[in-house]
Amino acid sequence: METFKADVAIVGAGGAGLRAAIAVAKKDPKLKIALISKVYPMRSHTVAAEGGAAGVVQAHDSLEHHFHDTVAGGDWLCEQDVVDYFVAHCTEEMVQLEHWGCPWSRKPDGHVNVRAFGGMKIERTWFAADKSGFHMLHTLFQTSLQFPSITRFDEHFCVDLLVEDGRAQGAVAINVASGEFVMIEAKSVVIATGGAGRVFRENTNGGIVTGDGMALAYRHGVPLRDMEFVQYHPTCMPGTGLLFTEACRGEGGFLVNKDGYRYLQDYGLGPAEPTPRNKAMELGPRDRLSQAFWYEQQKGRTIEGIHGSAVHLDLRHLGHKKLRERLPQICELAEEFMGIDPAKAPIPVRPAVHYTMGGILVDGNCASPLPGLYAAGECSSVGIHGANRLGSNSLSEICVFGKVAGDHAADFARSAKSAPSATLQKQADAAQMRALSLVRGNKGTERISVLRREMAETMERGCGIYRLGDEMQKTCNELENLRERYKRVKVDDTSSVFNTEWLLAIELGYQLQVAQAMAVSALNRKESRGAHQRLDDYKLRDDANYLMHTLATSAGDGPPVISYGEVKITHLPPGVRAYGAAGEAADAASKAKSAEGKAP
Amino acid sequence: MKAAPRTIRIEVLRYRPEQDKEPVVQGFDVPFTDDMSVLQGLQYIKDEFDGTLSFRWSCRMAICGSCGMMINGVPKLSCSTFLRDLYPNTVRVEALAHFPIERDLVIVLDDFITKLHKIKPYIIPKEPRALSQGEYLQTPEQMAQYEQFSACINCMLCYAACPQYGLNSSFIGPAAMALVHRYNLDNRDGGRAERDPYVHSEEGVFNCTAVGYCSEVCPKDVDPANAVNINKTESAKDYFLRFLKPKGAQA
Ligand SMILES: Cc1cc2nc3c(=O)[nH]c(=O)nc-3n(C[C@H](O)[C@H](O)[C@H](O)COP(=O)(O)OP(=O)(O)OC[C@H]3O[C@@H](n4cnc5c(N)ncnc54)[C@H](O)[C@@H]3O)c2cc1C
Ligand code: SF4
Ligand code: FES
Repeated sequence: METFKADVAIVGAGGAGLRAAIAVAKKDPKLKIALISKVYPMRSHTVAAEGGAAGVVQAHDSLEHHFHDTVAGGDWLCEQDVVDYFVAHCTEEMVQLEHWGCPWSRKPDGHVNVRAFGGMKIERTWFAADKSGFHMLHTLFQTSLQFPSITRFDEHFCVDLLVEDGRAQGAVAINVASGEFVMIEAKSVVIATGGAGRVFRENTNGGIVTGDGMALAYRHGVPLRDMEFVQYHPTCMPGTGLLFTEACRGEGGFLVNKDGYRYLQDYGLGPAEPTPRNKAMELGPRDRLSQAFWYEQQKGRTIEGIHGSAVHLDLRHLGHKKLRERLPQICELAEEFMGIDPAKAPIPVRPAVHYTMGGILVDGNCASPLPGLYAAGECSSVGIHGANRLGSNSLSEICVFGKVAGDHAADFARSAKSAPSATLQKQADAAQMRALSLVRGNKGTERISVLRREMAETMERGCGIYRLGDEMQKTCNELENLRERYKRVKVDDTSSVFNTEWLLAIELGYQLQVAQAMAVSALNRKESRGAHQRLDDYKLRDDANYLMHTLATSAGDGPPVISYGEVKITHLPPGVRAYGAAGEAADAASKAKSAEGKAP
Repeated sequence: MKAAPRTIRIEVLRYRPEQDKEPVVQGFDVPFTDDMSVLQGLQYIKDEFDGTLSFRWSCRMAICGSCGMMINGVPKLSCSTFLRDLYPNTVRVEALAHFPIERDLVIVLDDFITKLHKIKPYIIPKEPRALSQGEYLQTPEQMAQYEQFSACINCMLCYAACPQYGLNSSFIGPAAMALVHRYNLDNRDGGRAERDPYVHSEEGVFNCTAVGYCSEVCPKDVDPANAVNINKTESAKDYFLRFLKPKGAQA
């Protein structure tokens, strides 16, 4: 087996992985970096992000506002000290990207422009038209090319981590082009493998978003935190799930039901005004908007099509010119995929799974409980999203915490010694045998596509926008059963070169474990909070019992063991999450109250 | 959009280096609905008929650049080419032209990645700036200079369209040239002199015979032909100036 000796190994070359690699390279050019990705870096799913990234810039905005929006948006399940660090470093990272060439949209005077986004009180979303993620990813990738200390392993699929002496010491990967294995030794490892949205059926995620890194860490005993919180994005293409960015609504788009009525005003988000008001109506938070859709559907006020119910995203009043300028990609999607000109007709949309709030448990330094193992980006749970992520916080997250992970992994690598190669080699050989057993002498009977479909369907039934105890229980049972059947998974392709069926089989194994962590975490949370909404006996938030992080720890073949961890609350005690006019009244009341408190 | 139980014939050029001496055509009858892309057709084949068919894809929304292939002889993104537009004819799908085939519809991309490294596609600052100084100023007009050329998704359709690249793969080619141009035109950048030697070398712009098919097939309106041509003129100018100016003088 080919081996490569690195100081820091980074698994994943999306926004977070690339930012981490650059951080290590800048910190100490002597550190050898291995950057491993199952696709070419510019194919990573960061590329699909449309709307933009948050960072306070306007004079009337403040870090405190960004903090408040994030913590309240997360329904108080955020680590407040980490959120503090986050909001204080977003803008710097956005400026850093600008210096590296990111074509952020500008104001006439040459300064960077910002736009409104759901759940954000003041406009603070930096954007590059509606291709923000695309530009961020290409900027980071191209910038990374100047650092000779970064050795890339493009189209290398990670199958396991090396853990020796109780710490992470590298990774084992398949070179997709040849089917050969590579052992990458390292003194510290960063996981930056992105989310897991593909465990659901209708979703906005690319085919590669399969939770691999989460499963890798989980198999080595690292808990997955808050996995029950899965975000549905309210405006997606029926059938494919492709996304119409929230920026459509930030720019002034309306959501209307089959009667042309702006139904959000019936769900505590009003009043309905002709132009967008932050944190109200169409700019309310995603969980609330997706929930409102569900109710409209129950009331029979949605539009029925071949891919189920939908409502209309109406952009007509923005006019052709503004649409082309601010939302070119949206126009392209609507036209090419649906044959709709958004300047002339409304676009049918429905909620689809979008974002994995939970992930690998890490502290504010992106360090997991396993020494030497770090995680950043959507695969991690560093604590800024709580029970519901605010749009445009995650593109900032991948930069802020990509850098943190890189810096800390570099420090760790500088002080650590590597284990003797022979013991690592033994582990790598075992990992290779396990992976190869899927293709060599495979006598399986279960088709990958069938298992995958059943997994996605049961996740959608049990862990959708609204959840019921008995349905979640059923999903848990079905997942256990699917994991059992997975042991007999069938792979027809026995070749070495670019064997995608083999990789799909390995991914399915990852997905089933991640799905199980989600479902069992959800079943055990007997309250409703953020993206986890129950319609049985637990319709309300229950701070007395569940102001806690869920921790799912692997128990081998069985379902995870669930435990709970404390939530760090520094200065914003749990309050009511209110939006629209009610939100403004609540803000005013709390201001008056704190003024009272301060009075002598 | 109505569901229609129609069936379309998809013929795929297969090549498995471990089994096939040369590429072979395999045909499948695929049921489809009006909103199904060629990519979804291939996914259907992989899920239902033959798990060994290999192709790259991820985003499904024409932005990751993975899924380029020849569709009826034309380089296209399979995720944004729709079966309804090809029906009732047979669809012929092959790996992108002018690249070595890794397997089935997967091409070897190494050449482009090497070129990417060579062109230094990153800001080489004209004036260094500290983070504390905030962003560089760039007016919308200044941004408009290069914006189009920054939209490239590295899908390689233009290379599959370029007859010159087909003849001589050492040619820098359209997308890499567009990217050079993107950075050269950015008012934050001062790296032109570092990129020029490669651009004006034997592998550089001069190879272009101005066919323009690259811009025609580009799914992102990058117009790489334009980038190549502007640089050709510049390159010719530079070549000329070299004789007129003393060594080291700025053009
Ligand atoms: C359609 C869409 C629009 C979005 N819009 C916004 C927005 O406007 N604002 C915002 O803030 N957020 C947005 N998000 C969310 C945000 O884009 C993501 O959370 C973020 O980009 C994730 O980045 P990442 O670096 O963590 O992961 P990714 O970019 O997904 O990268 C993961 C990397 O890991 C690698 N990898 C995975 N598994 C393996 C393995 N087994 N072996 C080797 N490598 C592996 C992949 O190859 C890839 O390089 C959007 C998300 C989607 C889906
Ligand atoms: S220039 Fe256009 S066709 Fe060529 S790689 Fe870029 S996006 Fe694709
Ligand atoms: S799948 Fe990403 S461009 Fe087609």
